[in-house]
Amino acid sequence: MNATALSIENVDKFYGPVDHGVHAVKQLNMDVMKGEIIALLGSSGCGKTSTLRMIAGFEPVSRGTISVAGRQVQTLAPVRRNVAMAFEGYSLYPPLTVRENIAFALKAAKLSQNVVEEKVASIAKLLEIEDILGRYPSSISGGQQQRASLGRALIREADLHLLDEPMGQLEPQLRAVLRGRIKHYIKERGLTAILVTHDQTEANALADRIAVMEGGVLQQFDTPQMIKERPANLFTGTFVGEPPMNVFEASVSGTEGRVAFGLEDGIRLEYPAADFSHAVRDALMKRKNVVLGIRPYSVRRSADGVTGRVAVNQWLGDQTHIAADFAGGTMVLVEHDRTNLEIGQPIGIRLDPGSLHVFDSESGMAISHGEELA
Amino acid sequence: METTSPVERLLRGVALTLVVVFFMFPIVWIFLMSFQTNETILRIPPSVVFSPTLENYAALITGKLQTASGTLDIAFMRNLGNSVLLSVASVAVALLLGVPAAYAFARHKFKGSEDIAFTLLSFRFAPPLLVLLPLTQYFQWLGLSNTYFGLIWIYQLICLPLILWIVRGYFEDISADVEYAYRIAGHSWFSTFRKIALPLAGPGIAAAGLLAFIFAWNNFVFALVLASADKQPVTVGALAFVTASGIQYGQIAAAIVLSITPTLALALYAQRYLVEGLSLGAVKG
Ligand SMILES: Nc1ncnc2c1ncn2[C@@H]1O[C@H](COP(=O)(O)OP(=O)(O)OP(=O)(O)O)[C@@H](O)[C@H]1O
Ligand SMILES: [Mg+2]
Repeated sequence: MNATALSIENVDKFYGPVDHGVHAVKQLNMDVMKGEIIALLGSSGCGKTSTLRMIAGFEPVSRGTISVAGRQVQTLAPVRRNVAMAFEGYSLYPPLTVRENIAFALKAAKLSQNVVEEKVASIAKLLEIEDILGRYPSSISGGQQQRASLGRALIREADLHLLDEPMGQLEPQLRAVLRGRIKHYIKERGLTAILVTHDQTEANALADRIAVMEGGVLQQFDTPQMIKERPANLFTGTFVGEPPMNVFEASVSGTEGRVAFGLEDGIRLEYPAADFSHAVRDALMKRKNVVLGIRPYSVRRSADGVTGRVAVNQWLGDQTHIAADFAGGTMVLVEHDRTNLEIGQPIGIRLDPGSLHVFDSESGMAISHGEELA
Repeated sequence: METTSPVERLLRGVALTLVVVFFMFPIVWIFLMSFQTNETILRIPPSVVFSPTLENYAALITGKLQTASGTLDIAFMRNLGNSVLLSVASVAVALLLGVPAAYAFARHKFKGSEDIAFTLLSFRFAPPLLVLLPLTQYFQWLGLSNTYFGLIWIYQLICLPLILWIVRGYFEDISADVEYAYRIAGHSWFSTFRKIALPLAGPGIAAAGLLAFIFAWNNFVFALVLASADKQPVTVGALAFVTASGIQYGQIAAAIVLSITPTLALALYAQRYLVEGLSLGAVKG
């Protein structure tokens, strides 16, 4: 289980001339263990597809090395890398039926006809495309094409499975069902998969570890839990989590036995020094300005809290989203009960020190999560 | 616009008919001429009433041309054979060289690739007469004048750029990822080229080949200068009908009918490919 399936070292990708073209991936380092499922998460254009294509061998690596199952592959032809891929644009072969499209992935493996048919049937059942196996790509829907393309990748026995937004076109219900099945399928066979997704739920549900990318830079590579609880920087903190983390600029001041954050509109948050560890207090006192972050689920309402004014009160069927004007910005709270607040009504907002994420206002790097140093 | 009134439809029909008549008339006239003798063709006023004769075709096929000043030997059938040979061989060579080249230009952008592709295309801009004089000299030195080999070579000036540019556009329309999907499943780039790219570009290649064939067939000046009578195609061979004792209209007409028949038949047969191939390939290419 602890063999390295993929090792990316100091990889740069430039489209166009090296050092002058579009710098799509910057100094990427990443190790993936055999049997892991990794989710690549990031906004559009952040370099996810570029990364996959370099691993697969469709785009040359501008700098650095990529090893698959212990072999350096960055100069090998795609055929010799033993990697399977599901493409963002499906890329099914038009003159072949769905069945043939899926089966041709196995051609090179030289399996007997029976085995191939069996495998195709089982993957088709898994992806619920049995009824369209005889159809041609041009005559099926986008979601069906996507599943056919996913099937074509999953059916192979490769050292690495690269799945570029494999379920983006599917309706939420089907996605939820397939998510479970695909995870089971991958885990059962001990496959290693890297999955690009825009869907955080998908990343959380499927992935052992999530790699968050932005602007071609890997921001954080950790378990879903760690990414949620201990975001490495402001970007990861605000990018991951729904609704997004509330953030406010603040100045730090410390008096005898207290830590205080000064927000806009003269709002002051004061905590007993004991709420933070020594190390955190030291780190905070070294800075003048920080960014405070708190997840909407962790914001509490309390009569003795700081005052905000309700701007939005929305019942979503299973939770209430409240947005309040607060410290020159908006503070979003999530409550599990159906709350009915008047717009403009003042509410007391309490920010527990244990739920506070503090970031450096210049570098955006996390300083502390709750009472612990980041 | 979906529902048209009868008047509109009638007007449209009339307009279409006029256009068709305008363009088809010369062909019909030639066709009619080919069944007439010089006398009936040249009578005044002209008339469409005549007793058809197969004399012209017979003369072409037997190679014996009856003129006022006696019997003349002509090599029309041989010219026709030359046309077929030259066109088919030229297109075959052009496809063999041009399709892989088109693929390379479509898939691999390397330094100067655009320039090379454009240079190849520019062969089509230059008037043939510009290159003919030096070519005659070269061909004499190389011993290529008056050989099929030399002619087929020079016909590449016509066929190769055409095929290269049309087929390249076609390859560019194929998503590279479709090929990557095949390659990553364990296939070499060559088998990807053969099994994926070639079949997908099939209609484009057919269209390009057909166009190249027609252009090669209709070429006149290269063969006129670089070959002697026994290697010349029909386009040049037809000159023989301008004899000392006059122009043999009937035989010229018959020769034209015979010589446009193959290209016409091909074009009709492959009409679907042509439309598909040209509208997709050429516009983008
Ligand atoms: N062939 C190319 N030539 C030039 N620039 C490119 C090329 N492909 C991608 N880029 C650029 O590289 C950057 C990263 O693109 P990439 O496709 O990897 O993003 P992505 O994270 O997959 O985005 P998305 O979520 O939209 O699929 C973008 O700025 C993009 O414009
Ligand atoms: Mg992408």
